[in-house]
Amino acid sequence: MKWHKAIETRSVLMLVLILITVSIGGIVEIVPLFTIESTIEKVEGVRPYTPLEQVGRNIYIREGCYNCHSQMLRAFRDEVERYGHYSLAAESMYDHPFQWGSKRTGPDLARVGGKYSNEWHVAHLIDPQQLVQGSIMPQYPFLADAEIRTDDIVDHLRALRLVGVPYSDEMMDEAAADMTAQADPFGDHGGLQARYPKAAVGDLDGDPTRLTEMDALVAYLQILGRMVDFADYDTPDLRQ
Amino acid sequence: MATATASEGTIAGSGVRIEYDEDVVKLFTIATMFWGIAAFTVGVLIALQLAFPVLNLGLEWTSFGRLRPLHTSAAIFAFGGNALLGTSFFVVQRTCRASLFGGRATARFVFWGYQLFIALAGTGYVLGITQGREYAEPEWYVDLWLTLVWVVYLLVFLGTLIKRREPHIYVANWFYLAFIVTIAMLHIVNNLAVPVSFTGIKSYSLFSGVQDALTQWWYGHNAVGFFLTAGFLGIMYYFIPKQAERPVYSYRLSIVHFWSLIFLYIWAGPHHLHYTALPDWAQTLGMTFSIMLWMPSWGGMINGIMTLSGAWDKLRTDPVLRFLVVSVAFYGMSTFEGPLMSVKAVNSLSHYTDWTIGHVHSGALGWVAFVSFGATYFLVQRLWKRERLYSIKLVSYHFWTSTLGIVLYIVSMWWSGITQGLMWRSYDRLGFLQFSFIETVERMHPFYVVRALGGLLFLIGALIMVYNMWRTIRGDIRIETGVTYSTGAAAAGTAD
Repeated sequence: MKWHKAIETRSVLMLVLILITVSIGGIVEIVPLFTIESTIEKVEGVRPYTPLEQVGRNIYIREGCYNCHSQMLRAFRDEVERYGHYSLAAESMYDHPFQWGSKRTGPDLARVGGKYSNEWHVAHLIDPQQLVQGSIMPQYPFLADAEIRTDDIVDHLRALRLVGVPYSDEMMDEAAADMTAQADPFGDHGGLQARYPKAAVGDLDGDPTRLTEMDALVAYLQILGRMVDFADYDTPDLRQ
Repeated sequence: MATATASEGTIAGSGVRIEYDEDVVKLFTIATMFWGIAAFTVGVLIALQLAFPVLNLGLEWTSFGRLRPLHTSAAIFAFGGNALLGTSFFVVQRTCRASLFGGRATARFVFWGYQLFIALAGTGYVLGITQGREYAEPEWYVDLWLTLVWVVYLLVFLGTLIKRREPHIYVANWFYLAFIVTIAMLHIVNNLAVPVSFTGIKSYSLFSGVQDALTQWWYGHNAVGFFLTAGFLGIMYYFIPKQAERPVYSYRLSIVHFWSLIFLYIWAGPHHLHYTALPDWAQTLGMTFSIMLWMPSWGGMINGIMTLSGAWDKLRTDPVLRFLVVSVAFYGMSTFEGPLMSVKAVNSLSHYTDWTIGHVHSGALGWVAFVSFGATYFLVQRLWKRERLYSIKLVSYHFWTSTLGIVLYIVSMWWSGITQGLMWRSYDRLGFLQFSFIETVERMHPFYVVRALGGLLFLIGALIMVYNMWRTIRGDIRIETGVTYSTGAAAAGTAD
């Protein structure tokens, strides 16, 4: 292999050739995902998360829930029957980062929204074994005691807007107020519901006096998988 | 500046002496074992948490979700990373007959900079600071720091290659170079993010949803391909020929499998996303290249194992060589299993189950850890200039304890993974799903206990190694009967 001598006697040439060789696959596979329009299905209903849902999502990430729970349903008979309609790319188009997961030590959560009451989620997060015998999920009692701040939420939405989430100026202006209102059983939810349809509102964590991490996480769990109304679509409409 | 521990080589015929920086390799060697023990210990703990959830303690800092990234990062980046950086500095100096480019201070910056990265990442996980991207959990400021350290590492390595006094670049260095450059590319692209504020910890990834998913698994799979494979093949290409005292089996095979391996690996990421919302064309492409990848992987295995041609008898007497060769056998096994699992039909069963966890560990424990153990045993007696290791028998005990641990681990995970996959898709005679999800979880318990036991044995083996290393470094020698020492393992302190 005489030709290889030219490469293995020149460090920088070898470096450049390696870089070219390892770049090709990624470019061919990843770039088209941004350019082929059908990659994201054309469906209605997918919206940015409410400020409280987004905070809840950050708690979901912080606690590493993705280590045991997927959010990606495959188009298999058993998954569709167990969990619901298979997942679309469109449903996570505002997820920075994606949380599809890779392991189901616990069940998939892509369509957990609306399946259980707020009270169930709170009790389950505090002590999973009490509600589901045989569960191996860790306990998260501290979420109910951790109050969350609303003063920096605009910074979060601004960063998200920068990476492409279509938060409107109105959503930014109302962010802190929306965050408080969503978990307030006596709050005015009209504006919030108009900006973010289907958001779960009311006393999410069972403690109306405080805005806690539990409120946020429950708000997030309750919206999962509910944004798209699949009654409006036939399978061919959802082709990529 | 001559120090007691710097090794020296000579340039044939010229009489010029080269002073190798081996102190920094010593630091990396100690760090390798320190982080190895940490990674294995946390691994045993989280394995036990899955068997006995009360061990999560109900505290935020000790729950599985936070400790699992601590385990994976400690194993891959702390244990594996220190093994790679340390051996690469050792190998590149020897095979280039040149001291490290940038001098001792730069090499120390790479060492301490890398340890700081590990400490920042690890403490972050426990405190809940994470990007939520598997194997790329550290937040933006830690990523920036690692980028800086990594660029300096690349410059030291490349600079040493450039100033080499050998006409050819030795094959181990091709693999190290590919590992360093590709990891830089993967790390930078996958961690593109916008911080919420420059004084805060939180950031949001630049990409979202399906594009983010493929970017992440392009990264994730090639963390396996370039960190855990190419880099460790570099270790294989230096330490197996040295320990066996035989030349590499085939030069031609090294060229063919090197270029095909690095070309094909980068395409394989989509097999982590089979049947997801990733478009079909990308899944099929990923599967096709994953299957093709089998060939260059086995090219590497053949080149490593066949290097023992004419020296097979050494496996009976030299447990260090046994670690190295069995690691390559495990590499062959897991690089067969990988393409198998990338076939969509197989993946429909294996994905989301413990089968994946078992697969990863046959590679991580059997290949990565074993080849690192072999290289570390080799390095300890070389770096501290000992006649031989404190005890050869203890190496043998380490080998068998760890091997038994791996077997328990991967068999229990095969069993639990396939069981759970089949239970999820079982229907009863009336056409209803036969098992609720929690029934499948409860069925896993015995396998999780066996897996934890396997991990514990692996940890015990590593502790035996640490003891053996410590006594060797102290200069102790255990008188042992019935043990023969290969000359390869006894030739300490010679310049190559």
